[in-house]
Amino acid sequence: MPKRIETVVFHDSSTPVIGGIEKAGVVVVAPLESILNQARANALWPLTFGLACCAIEMMSTVAARFDLARFGSEAFRATPRQADVMIIAGRLSKKMAPVLRQIYDQMPEPKWVISMGACASSGGVYNNYAIVQGADQVVPVDVYVPGCPPSPDALIYAVMKLQQKIKHRKFGKLIELKPRSLDEESA
Amino acid sequence: MSFEVFRDVAKPILTGFGITAKRIFQMREKSATIQYPEERREQFTRTRWRHVLTRYDSGLERCIGCSLCAGACPARCIFVEAAENTDEDRRSPGERYAARYEINMLRCIFCGYCQEACPTGAIVLRKDFELSNYEREDFIYTKEMLLEPIRD
Repeated sequence: MPKRIETVVFHDSSTPVIGGIEKAGVVVVAPLESILNQARANALWPLTFGLACCAIEMMSTVAARFDLARFGSEAFRATPRQADVMIIAGRLSKKMAPVLRQIYDQMPEPKWVISMGACASSGGVYNNYAIVQGADQVVPVDVYVPGCPPSPDALIYAVMKLQQKIKHRKFGKLIELKPRSLDEESA
Repeated sequence: MSFEVFRDVAKPILTGFGITAKRIFQMREKSATIQYPEERREQFTRTRWRHVLTRYDSGLERCIGCSLCAGACPARCIFVEAAENTDEDRRSPGERYAARYEINMLRCIFCGYCQEACPTGAIVLRKDFELSNYEREDFIYTKEMLLEPIRD
């Protein structure tokens, strides 16, 4: 898989630069925050929370053609105790909402939520008595993915956005800074 | 090992592994995986994703603010507010133009009914699928975001 590792801060001005990364012998100096963020962002284990048709696209994302394993997220866990990110895939009914909240509470910190699809994000076409109008009424959502359903590449884009958010997370701050967009990152 | 055991057990297993082995050597040449951020798959011709409000070649907006798209929308995610064109301030060829045109991208199910309902072909669904974002407020797409830039 081509370069998916981000630069960690290296310290030695005299060493030659190879491919934009300075090699500094065997010693690598980096802020703990940055190392932890890298580790967290590149091994996001999702929790299977397929509620409706979006789950089919979520399964397709893990399969060979799109292969979410390239981003370290192939290990879909059926237990919240081992998961980092909850992908709410499908319409969330009011009867399911307490269950979702309980499973979210059982996930260990740090935890993130991707709201996948129109129904999970806002209720979509189901503006009625049975469907929660947006999963963010129940759990805090980090990334919203529009689409009905979002294609696997759209979900992979959302996972990349979430990784971007995790990488720019600052420790010891109550308010998280808004992360830069992916376009600015690559520019 | 009797002939029956070979015929019923070993032969099917060997045939199956033979297909697996054949696929391994085929995949060395062409992997099934699309390396998404670096390379993109070709979208189908009728793929419907992000909306665009188009213009005529003269630079005038196609949208005439008739709200037929809002009426056709099953998710009720489109809001149109029309205003009158005047000779000094002419936005579209018709009598009226859309002063406000907003789409709630989180509600939208990308069914394309708005595109079908539009009498002037103003709203079209293009193939840009990278719409994810962090905040709920970022998903109200205003007319400025939807409108195509004027081509030279």
